[in-house]
Amino acid sequence: MKAAVIRFPGSNCDQDCHLVLKEFGFATDFVWHKEDSVAGYDLIVLPGGFSYGDYLRCGAIARFSPVMKSVIEQAKRGVLVMGICNGFQILCESGLLPGALIRNRDLHFICEHVRLRVENTGNPFLSAAKVGQVLNVPIAHGEGSYTADAATLASLNAEGRVLVRYCDVNGKTGDAANPNGALENIAGICNAGRNVFGLMPHPERACDARLGSTDGRVFFQSIMATLGKAQAA
Amino acid sequence: MKAKVIVMPKRSILDPQGVAVRDAMRHHGLPGAQSARVGKMIELEVDGATEAQLHEIARDLLSNPVVEDYELVVEK
Repeated sequence: MKAAVIRFPGSNCDQDCHLVLKEFGFATDFVWHKEDSVAGYDLIVLPGGFSYGDYLRCGAIARFSPVMKSVIEQAKRGVLVMGICNGFQILCESGLLPGALIRNRDLHFICEHVRLRVENTGNPFLSAAKVGQVLNVPIAHGEGSYTADAATLASLNAEGRVLVRYCDVNGKTGDAANPNGALENIAGICNAGRNVFGLMPHPERACDARLGSTDGRVFFQSIMATLGKAQAA
Repeated sequence: MKAKVIVMPKRSILDPQGVAVRDAMRHHGLPGAQSARVGKMIELEVDGATEAQLHEIARDLLSNPVVEDYELVVEK
């Protein structure tokens, strides 16, 4: 199983993603943003960080990196693409996912563990989880408030494409459990093809008990299981 | 050609920076401050481009149409 971690100038979660993917058994390569092809991988990860210093808007300039053309091509072919934090912002900017991430409601950069409720498991990224399961995963962002127009929101909900929402320890969503003001507590969504997933929280930082949680592992377990099944078929 | 692109958050989008600025204006002795909105202005100097190309750049790169509106002002 082959995974690529795309590196933009300013990516800073690339090493974490690489480490975790290797642990899960992926032959993992870093791919520099100036490469013009990212073909031949089973999974492409856009890691967190501050690509291009977040100049203009988060992810706005990374979207025009040479490698992104290839990422978009691979995504259209059905390759799994996962964007974490800044990676999610880049996926929205590039049009692979709908909506946008804007400044947190309270303007602060928030770095803390939050709870996520699994909303849908009929996708490659959470197939090993249970609907309603509550995950302890950290967030670290200043611009993570998900927003979209009413029509987009309605189709995301109707098609089961909201995969995780911010919640409290009991799995209850609502304002009190919404760290950044995201629309309907949305923390992560996928595309209509269910092969492109973006989320603000950092599952790669919740894969080792020494870091306070191993709840992030379920995302990578799901991906592994999905790809394993696809290869066996 | 010289041009300015003014990018503003859409009216329908909550602008937390604007709210913070408005509140600071009130604290600064302007209790009547009703609203402030924070956007950005980008000055461009471009050779050999059409106005249509500048619109394209303003729409696809300089602003995000999901959350922002832009205005292009070309200096003749």
